[in-house]
Amino acid sequence: MRDGRGTIKRKAGLKLWLSGGWLAVVAVLTLFAGWISPHDPLTQDLFASRLPPFWAAGAEPGYLLGTDSLGRDVLSRIIYGGRVALTVAIIAGLATAIVGSVLGLIAGYYRGWADAVISRLVDIWMAFPPVLFAILLIAVLGTGLWSIVIAIIVIDWTRFCRVVRAETMNQSQMDYVASAVVAGHVRSAILWREIGPNVLPTIVALLSLEMGIAVIVEAILSFVNLSISTDAPTWGGMIAEGRISIHQAWWVLVCPLIVLFLTVLAFSQFGEGLKDRFDPVLR
Amino acid sequence: MTAFLEIENLSAAIKGTPDRLLRSVSLHVNSGEVCGLVGESGAGKSMIGKAVLGILPSAVEIVEGQVRLDGEDLLAMPQRERRRLIGATAALIPQDPLTALNPSRRIGPQITDRLVDILGWTKHDARTRAAELLDEVHIENPQRVLASYPHELSGGMRQRVLIASAFAANPKLVIADEPTTALDVTVQKQILRLIREMQERHGTAMLFVTHDLGVVSKICQRLVVLFAGMVVEKAGVSDFYANPAHAYSKALLSATPKFTEPFTSLTPVDQTVISAVSEQVEAADREWRHAH
Amino acid sequence: MRLLQTLLMRLAMMAITLFGAAVIVFVVIRVVPGNPIAMMLPPGASDEDIARLTAHYGLDKSIPEQFFVWLGGVLHGDFGTSISLRQPVMPLVLGRLPATLELSIFALVLAVIIGGAMALTGTRFRGGRTEAVIDVANGAGLSIPDFLWALVLILTLGVLYPVFHISGRISPSLDLPFTTQFYVFESILRLRFDLWWDLLKHMFMPALALAIPLAAIIGQLLKQSLKETMHLDYVVLARTKGYGENHVILFDALRNAVLPTLTLIGVQFTFLIGGTVIIERLFSYEGLGNMAIDAVINRDLPLIQGIVLVFALLFTVVNLVVDLTYALLNPRLRHA
Repeated sequence: MRDGRGTIKRKAGLKLWLSGGWLAVVAVLTLFAGWISPHDPLTQDLFASRLPPFWAAGAEPGYLLGTDSLGRDVLSRIIYGGRVALTVAIIAGLATAIVGSVLGLIAGYYRGWADAVISRLVDIWMAFPPVLFAILLIAVLGTGLWSIVIAIIVIDWTRFCRVVRAETMNQSQMDYVASAVVAGHVRSAILWREIGPNVLPTIVALLSLEMGIAVIVEAILSFVNLSISTDAPTWGGMIAEGRISIHQAWWVLVCPLIVLFLTVLAFSQFGEGLKDRFDPVLR
Repeated sequence: MTAFLEIENLSAAIKGTPDRLLRSVSLHVNSGEVCGLVGESGAGKSMIGKAVLGILPSAVEIVEGQVRLDGEDLLAMPQRERRRLIGATAALIPQDPLTALNPSRRIGPQITDRLVDILGWTKHDARTRAAELLDEVHIENPQRVLASYPHELSGGMRQRVLIASAFAANPKLVIADEPTTALDVTVQKQILRLIREMQERHGTAMLFVTHDLGVVSKICQRLVVLFAGMVVEKAGVSDFYANPAHAYSKALLSATPKFTEPFTSLTPVDQTVISAVSEQVEAADREWRHAH
Repeated sequence: MRLLQTLLMRLAMMAITLFGAAVIVFVVIRVVPGNPIAMMLPPGASDEDIARLTAHYGLDKSIPEQFFVWLGGVLHGDFGTSISLRQPVMPLVLGRLPATLELSIFALVLAVIIGGAMALTGTRFRGGRTEAVIDVANGAGLSIPDFLWALVLILTLGVLYPVFHISGRISPSLDLPFTTQFYVFESILRLRFDLWWDLLKHMFMPALALAIPLAAIIGQLLKQSLKETMHLDYVVLARTKGYGENHVILFDALRNAVLPTLTLIGVQFTFLIGGTVIIERLFSYEGLGNMAIDAVINRDLPLIQGIVLVFALLFTVVNLVVDLTYALLNPRLRHA
């Protein structure tokens, strides 16, 4: 038994270090994008269009990951695109977590009519295809960072609500809640002081996952041309452009795709690692 | 009488650890005879039965010894062949009737599947045989029970079904792994009587695993006492109850309620006896380690 | 009797869910900025023309009024008229639905096959290197969404090793004898396996992209419950009956292990169908999702409403079917 726990912990540690490391690299690159990125991400140079990345024949030393069909530096665009991705991930992830978790806690703890209303709302929400719903919302709200954040909250709060509700109901059955009731504490105090902290690890793990999903939603919206704005570089936008010129300049698609892939993977693995580490049973 | 099941010098350990769970166990069961296997919980009684049938948990491995079924060395066989041989000649009556039947299959196929798939009977013959068997274990309306799902039967009924299933293929050896422990006291007696009845009718050799010396006196001819995976005594039942040879056996016997004098106070197994027999185990371990 | 009661309850809940979904979409799209009518008319159309057309599509009434007019139509099978395509919504949606259904079901089949194979192999060789490899594969499948898998597939099997088609539903050069929109189904019935093969080559990558996350979930959950089941007494007993490990897994453990996985597949399958929206866009596959994105871009309110409602109906029906299957597979519920 002890042996098994050790392996899980070690695996969780490795997961946390690898995924956390990658996220830290992305964060640093995007925070200091102005100093780090070798070129302006918007400057076009039609004489230097479709330059291949450094390892391929015909590469220019100034353009590490090559240029796109308008001669813009792919690396610089990835770095600036990361800014949008991380901003959306953090703001939308946190906001979605708060909205969904609060509703989940209320539904799971107070039950009764509050639970009936919230659960019914979740059911209705689950009947929408999320991507279509997001696109619809952006069409209504107009493009821009805040529209994307709102769209992500609206389409994904149910993820937190469902999980947190179930976990709260679980915790409410525990003896420590019963003894707090016996001790005469008010219901709201029990919810926030006793149950809340025990549900928190679940929320944190889910939050990390949600950040990855937010990055994807942003990329999907950019892909259908409904994101921040058309000229700011975004990973999804780059992928959409790369998809068109895939036969002439594959690196315009491949490079942002790899970065997006690793970032989404890192967010979800970071969440998994956190869950393993903070699982009270394993700890 | 010939020994149908022979276990020789069998040792088992948790994979990758040097500590043995079974310590050079040797015992045999003759054809047509019931041999009791007695010990406190954790003594490794059930593990011996599992080792014979090849269903040890994957974390446990046999490090030494032989298990011979009708003269054939089971441990030397490839797994597939061994399972077929065991399926055709041996059977298990499990401890907990509530979990030993597949909840999503009807009773009938669970009794007949071995006959059809392993022994090649026709489905019709197998079904007739299943109905006979249920009749043998005193189940009324066998046809209805054969078409039932396990959750529709009581615990006692399920244990009867499992006994019928164990005797279905006329096995030469039945291993009963605490078959009455999970049942109500009132049902226990009936089931015990039924097992003895079936064993006598089919002339089966039986290894009867239990922690209850009271049960042993009712069903077994011989018994083997186990402590910490080590055999401490083998004896005929009447000799044993008259005059147990080992101090641990004596202590175990005086910790068992007697039907003749139910109100005499019971003595728990004495600590000095435990430490004495533990020392014996350690000595055996030292010797074994030295030899390897 | 109780089964019937639950069924009626579920149908009532379904109706409430669909009604709620209809209300929300109706309200959301009515606040869309940009006048769809103005987009339809040539530049320089008079205000009178605009007003006339607005009245024609009923857009001059209040939102509740519009809703009940629309709802009355829906209950009679009339979803209104598409503004951008100038055709009734109902036949448009029904024309595209089969393509999306075929894609989703093919993806589900792939997911069950891949996930099931992973779970069974992992259980058969549990504790070894094979299981570790399967766990890693499942982990990756779970954390990466269909959109990214689709792009990876386009790059590898579409461009690098062009085995499959990356766009469309069927090669445009082929003559189509079909009378229904269920192309795959019909091509089998007509024994036109050349067409069937062409359809499959178009469908394979989008379907696989949709299937990978679900396959990973099935693989992980089913393996977990299989491994738990393998320790249960009745499985151990089956081993003593003389059966080999493969038989024990397939015939004794699998059936009981499937039940917990099945309930999850329901919700996950609706996620998969939801994923078709962007996947169809990515592969230019002429299904409902692709049409939906066009409808949003064109501000085609009646069409958006119709499509969303059809998706919502599809999702609730899937959940209902899964619940019924669960009840049928579980003898304890079947006899209750």
